[in-house]
Amino acid sequence: MDIQFVLYKLILCVVILLLSLMIAMYATLAERKVAGFFQDRLGPNRAGIFGLLQPVADGMKLFFKEEFMPANADKVLYILGPSLTMLVALLTSAVIPWGGTLNIGGTEFALQVADVNVGVLYVFAIVSIGVYGIMIGGWASNNKYALMGSVRAASQMISYELAMSMSIVTIVMTTGSLSLNEIVAQQHGMHWNVFTQPIGFVVFLICAFAECNRAPFDLPECDSELIGGYHTEYSSMKLGFYLFSEYINMFISSAMISSLFFGGYDFPFMNDLGLSHNMVTILGTAALFIKITFFGFLFMWVRWTLPRFRYDQLMRFGWKGLMPWAIVNMVLTGFLHLLFKK
Amino acid sequence: MNQDSTKISLTNRSKVVSNKKMTLLERFYLPAVLKGMSITLSHFFKREVTIQYPEVKRPFSDIYRGMHVLKLDDEGRERCTACGLCALSCPAEAITMIAAERKEDEKDLYREEKYASKYEINMLRCIFCGDCESACPKEAIFLTNRIVPSQYKRIDFIYGKDVLVEKKDARVDVSKRQTPEVLTFKQDKSKSHNK
Amino acid sequence: MLSLYLFYFLSTVALISALMVLLSKKPIHSVLYLTLTFFTLAGHYILLNAQFLAVVHIIVYAGAIMVLFLFTVMLLNLNLEGEFQKSTLMKFVATLTGGMLFLVLIGTLKSFDVGTLSEHPELTQIGLVKNLGKTLYSDYLLPFELSSILFLSAMVGAVMLGKKDKN
Repeated sequence: MDIQFVLYKLILCVVILLLSLMIAMYATLAERKVAGFFQDRLGPNRAGIFGLLQPVADGMKLFFKEEFMPANADKVLYILGPSLTMLVALLTSAVIPWGGTLNIGGTEFALQVADVNVGVLYVFAIVSIGVYGIMIGGWASNNKYALMGSVRAASQMISYELAMSMSIVTIVMTTGSLSLNEIVAQQHGMHWNVFTQPIGFVVFLICAFAECNRAPFDLPECDSELIGGYHTEYSSMKLGFYLFSEYINMFISSAMISSLFFGGYDFPFMNDLGLSHNMVTILGTAALFIKITFFGFLFMWVRWTLPRFRYDQLMRFGWKGLMPWAIVNMVLTGFLHLLFKK
Repeated sequence: MNQDSTKISLTNRSKVVSNKKMTLLERFYLPAVLKGMSITLSHFFKREVTIQYPEVKRPFSDIYRGMHVLKLDDEGRERCTACGLCALSCPAEAITMIAAERKEDEKDLYREEKYASKYEINMLRCIFCGDCESACPKEAIFLTNRIVPSQYKRIDFIYGKDVLVEKKDARVDVSKRQTPEVLTFKQDKSKSHNK
Repeated sequence: MLSLYLFYFLSTVALISALMVLLSKKPIHSVLYLTLTFFTLAGHYILLNAQFLAVVHIIVYAGAIMVLFLFTVMLLNLNLEGEFQKSTLMKFVATLTGGMLFLVLIGTLKSFDVGTLSEHPELTQIGLVKNLGKTLYSDYLLPFELSSILFLSAMVGAVMLGKKDKN
């Protein structure tokens, strides 16, 4: 625990925090731009060139909006809800390996805040408590639409968590480790998990959409039926926190998908180009961010293509569609693993 | 089912709804999802149809029926005689006017002895049908290809003579809509329209 | 040294939030305080170098069971005042039985050797996933499998109860 180590981790934490916030900020712009392009429009382009200052303008607007609190709301919980959502959204980034190691002055610095040896489970723990923010906020609003939205969110997240964890179990089985760093390291040299686990990937991807409350699984906030769902009564920056955390979740999910199934910071011919160690690390991080960008785009692409599920369809799909496939995948993987490895 | 085949289809795009059992591949939905996503992606690369409004303006036809103008004649005198035919023909009852007699010293302001001292069009009522233009016997009122701008107050949409009458130094060109054909048509009393 | 301070901090928070579970007026607050208690317990597990247990504790208790609790309490809408007003006799009996349970607990703990906190808890490796898995699947295989059967039967039972009656 020398001072250098602590300082380095502190800097890394701050950088990742700022990066997550920046990316979430510009993801809102990207979402509107992408939506525009999909609908043969241009999207916002007035604030700055290509609308680059639009997120700043949106943020300013949210800050200056009136803070409204319903008369019979539970004051403490009403504030706790969005804060908790934001906190939980930011927590996951701690275990994601953002790159290899940087060699500065003979000391190796890993681009990962914490290499927890139960990293995958840590992510699940965070995801499973992510529902609290929505539930608390929805209940504290003292509004039936908000409550309905939060109840939907809770049951949806619990349902899809199962299939999600089962699709991860296969990866843990083949890798033999729960550490995300180890899982990424084992995929080096294009041994990406998506080639060996296509079913697991599809199941995980769909569940990631559901866990982020993104279309076509955005029932908790569906504006047509629940007029905004759990954040119906929220305004100003509290609403901003809810909306913002959705984009952070999206970013983290993309990073998780890239790390678990697409080799994380691995890119083709990584060790054959004869580049220096630090160069490889920087290029690897860039590769990871390209993958993250692609999956972020995929999130938006799906949102502007597919219509929303009906609630019974959502539940049937989660329990009768994804769960059996995840179990089949798990059994199959275990069987093949026993047969071919050793 | 036989009835459907004899039905006349207007677009050839309507599909008969059926509750047939889906095949195994269809029940996976993924092919259909991918198909939908390819459609949206093709739109992603299509040219955007947006027109950047204040900088770029959509070209209007010359006979577009927009904001009205009260024309002056060649010597700069008002053509309107306050006959009230435009108000009478207006289906939305948007036009009101008050007639007045011309004074001796106003000969260079008004062409005839009678003129409209007050002439108002309520742009919120107006439906821009162009009946006032057709009804006018003095070629005084025309619709132009200008847009009625938005306002913050309802009262600002009641346009008086100060807005409607064209300025002497900024004439509004209506020659495209006042073709000889239109003029002869208007003179033809055999047409029920002009009775 | 740091872990000692953390221990005292977590214990304080755990005790206070556990008390607040009982003392808070609104049922929702009780549930949330209970969740906080679980989080502090997970913190204790981490201090004992049992990361796997800590994370599973959060996933199972805070992530699943307490959400269902919250769910139920929210939908029942137990905020009505005066619902828990009981007669003086009931209060007296409740205090008496509660106090007796407390006495029994103290008596048990007094005679039981809790053991002292190891000098270096981070050196014990039993809490790590690999060691835990090996122990679970060798020494405790039968209890493990039996508990899985118990869970399975519980699941089947839940589905049976939830099924619509055909008649």
